[in-house]
Amino acid sequence: MKFGVIVFPGSNCDHDCYHVVKHVFKQDAEFVWHKESRLASYDCLILPGGFSYGDYLRPGAIGKFSPIMKEVRRFACDGGLILGICNGFQVLLETDLLPGAMMRNRSLKFICKDLYLRLEEDDTPFTNRGRVGDVLKMPIAHFDGNYFVDDKTLQELEENHQILFRYCDHNGDVTTDANPNGALRNIAGICNRERNILGMMPHPERCSESILGNEDGRLIFESIIDSGVGIR
Amino acid sequence: MRNEPRVTKELVKEHGLTEEEYDKIKLILGRDPNYTELGILSVMWSEHCSYKSSKVFLKDLPTEGEHIIQGPGENAGIVDIGDGLAIVFKMESHNHPSFIEPYQGAATGVGGILRDIFTMGARPVASLNSLRFGAFDHPKTRYLLNGVVAGIAGYGNCMGVPTVGGEVYFNACYNGNILVNVFTLGLIKKEKIFKGVAYGPGNPVIYVGSKTGRDGIHGATMASEEFDEKSSERRPTVQVGDPFTEKLLLEACLEVMDTDHVVGIQDMGAAGLTCSSCEMASRAGTGIEMDLSMVPKREEGMTPYELMLSESQERMLLVVKKGREREVTEIFEKWDLDVSIVGKVTDDGMLRVIDNGVTVVEIPARILAEESPVYIRPKERPQYLSKTEKFSIDKIPEAGNHGEVLIKLLGSPNIASQEWVYRQYDHMVRTNTVVLPGSDAAVIRVKGTKKGIALTVDCNSRYAYLDPYLGGMIAVAESSRNLVCSGAKPLAITDCLNFGNPEKPDIMWQFDQSTRGLSEACKRFNTPVVGGNVSFYNETRGEGVHPTPTVAMVGLITDIDLHMTQWFKRDGDQVVLLGKNCGELGGTEYLAAIHGLEEGPPPRVELDLEISVQDTCLEAIRDGLIMSAHDCSEGGIAVALAECCFSGPKSCHGVNVSISGDNMRGDCLLFGESQSRIIVSLDEDRLGDLRKIAERNNTPLSVIGRVGGDRLVINDLIDCPVTRLEQAWRTGIEERL
Repeated sequence: MKFGVIVFPGSNCDHDCYHVVKHVFKQDAEFVWHKESRLASYDCLILPGGFSYGDYLRPGAIGKFSPIMKEVRRFACDGGLILGICNGFQVLLETDLLPGAMMRNRSLKFICKDLYLRLEEDDTPFTNRGRVGDVLKMPIAHFDGNYFVDDKTLQELEENHQILFRYCDHNGDVTTDANPNGALRNIAGICNRERNILGMMPHPERCSESILGNEDGRLIFESIIDSGVGIR
Repeated sequence: MRNEPRVTKELVKEHGLTEEEYDKIKLILGRDPNYTELGILSVMWSEHCSYKSSKVFLKDLPTEGEHIIQGPGENAGIVDIGDGLAIVFKMESHNHPSFIEPYQGAATGVGGILRDIFTMGARPVASLNSLRFGAFDHPKTRYLLNGVVAGIAGYGNCMGVPTVGGEVYFNACYNGNILVNVFTLGLIKKEKIFKGVAYGPGNPVIYVGSKTGRDGIHGATMASEEFDEKSSERRPTVQVGDPFTEKLLLEACLEVMDTDHVVGIQDMGAAGLTCSSCEMASRAGTGIEMDLSMVPKREEGMTPYELMLSESQERMLLVVKKGREREVTEIFEKWDLDVSIVGKVTDDGMLRVIDNGVTVVEIPARILAEESPVYIRPKERPQYLSKTEKFSIDKIPEAGNHGEVLIKLLGSPNIASQEWVYRQYDHMVRTNTVVLPGSDAAVIRVKGTKKGIALTVDCNSRYAYLDPYLGGMIAVAESSRNLVCSGAKPLAITDCLNFGNPEKPDIMWQFDQSTRGLSEACKRFNTPVVGGNVSFYNETRGEGVHPTPTVAMVGLITDIDLHMTQWFKRDGDQVVLLGKNCGELGGTEYLAAIHGLEEGPPPRVELDLEISVQDTCLEAIRDGLIMSAHDCSEGGIAVALAECCFSGPKSCHGVNVSISGDNMRGDCLLFGESQSRIIVSLDEDRLGDLRKIAERNNTPLSVIGRVGGDRLVINDLIDCPVTRLEQAWRTGIEERL
């Protein structure tokens, strides 16, 4: 499978994502500079974490104007797989490829720590290796992960089974205490209705190797690799 | 020349130069300097830039060793780690600006140290920091703590460089002067090291990064004087950071340095354009000529004085090969950075600055960079020592309930979990962090090799206050012990020497003693000093901080799979103490937190014993014998055992131990801070092998108990549920906020 990792000015998880797909999962991978206006043929695009454009104005708000985003949109319409992690998720929200918005964390502080996610849907290209109810341990590292969306869209997200991950405790219970940032209904990750775009705040690329003490993130990449072959 | 102030006696004094210094300047130049030159000379000869009071004392520090590629004198030190790789690291202080404006002060401190690392061609891969605030209940402490931590987080997180560890201390001696020491380590290929040198007359000098504004003028001079009531008026001398521009600068510089266009490169830190240009020229034995009309400016009408002294952040100065200007410019433009050819290298050794066709500065670069005055300031043993030495344990009432004392200690700000702080730092980005904050040392892997790097930062300034020599020595000994407990062999250190006003003899005595202790220990541990900085004038209204010789040490783990952590792993494991309990109570956290005393002699450290304990521990880790290793420091063996029980990421363990000390009081045994002690746990079957190593190294070893249950039991002195201890430790800082 061939991955493209988009590099915005200020992306800082680009190397980590590249490392994971290239060296851990032995897939083809390339960096894609944000000023490119043509996209080579990829099976999956990753919008990595970081601080695109310094998060100035609002996280992801300026990234959406990068030339490459036009191509990303076209790629999405063609059914290509897109994984947006952390700042990548924020860019997807700002570009309206996914619904909703991010507000500052409830604590008004940056939070970096391991926490637990409940897998809510297993019939997507990103989660097919798991089962609904699985509890995954994954780190977050963000200032703006307080997911918000209007009631009507929230209803749709629920009805269309677009909420893939919720923050939970180590038993898998989705509780207020387990919510690190105030996100609506503990939402940690959502997909679009067509199920080819995933945005998530936690960082699966940070927990896909045994030396880092946690391999729960592998589920996402393995699912993509399993399902991605032959999609396009 | 335009309407520049005339250089008068008063103006010279305002610039912090003494009459003798000014006379020396006139002698060298053969004339009076003009206003711009005065500004340049005053900043380059300030304590902050010139080390004029400390140079003499720093000479005796060991700076060379088998693996040392670059010692002090460059932007950062470099140590060989094999596989064609080297590590580049340095620590710097940003104390004065952080007190005046905590967020920007700390943020730009991080920005500065990051530039020091990538200016050598290294990619920064990990940061640490050492923070000291006033008493927790002092009205400014919370504001400063919040601001500094947010500033470090704001800058470091955006840069994508993980902050993997550090220390935070609270003590009333820092009420008027906080300390913010920041450290960064980078990785570099050995054959791709860059230096701040302006070789090759005729080569172009290129400016890249943020435009120059009026911020931070005389920041270095501010850092070279005491604070008073009016210090907050100094706020305009604090620079404002832009981590996004720095991130672009980092990526662009690494891309440029991957070509063969670059001759030399240096960041613009303290004293901005002035310092970078004259240091680069001086190192290469050349001169630099700059045309100020070519400098990118933030506003109209800036004078040569302002342009040369501005400390605007995120700027670099490069010397590139003649004819490669276009290639270099294109790379910086790709990253949307301002780039401009501002001058050229000359062969006459002068720093020459031209403004509107007029030469406004003409001073030999060497004079600025190398030939500042050097002072051997008088020193005298401080009087307070005769009082603090008189400490007697007999006046300390022994508590009836040691368990309650332990709980109180675990919840005290200097011992409690610092999670509230490090949770705000991205400590995982770059996916190298193998041991997260919260163990004795942080450990990162080196991708593409089997190796790991362990890093730690340490100083107990109470010890240094009570005995500066021992304090310096223990800072090194404990750093080394921390690294060894993570399975690393210590390689080298960088230091930040934070002291009061060097013009006072008792401060100079503290400085001299501390550096001697540090030097002695570095020699014995074979960990040379490869760089660092000195921060004097940490005083407000005549009150100096405790002498704080902070040490950041770096070590190498040859096989990352054999790294070690401090917490117990399995019920049933044997618990072993390497070293001896001597029950020393002087200078302990127990005396300070429970009895409100900062007295007594700090614990002794016998370097032979220390080295033997560390050798045994490291051998045992490398042979795969032990499951955990934790050193005893603040709070003594009781706190160390408690931390072994609950500091791990998984479930807690209990432990039941019986420890001995020659008929000593319970509090001395439990909370005394004797040095050279490491608690290890291991499978019973491995005990014989460990004993053999200990015997060979002549290390005192005692089997003190066994992991298991859910209580911490020490002799008949403490019997307490681990959950209660953990609760106190986890919430200690957060509850106070």
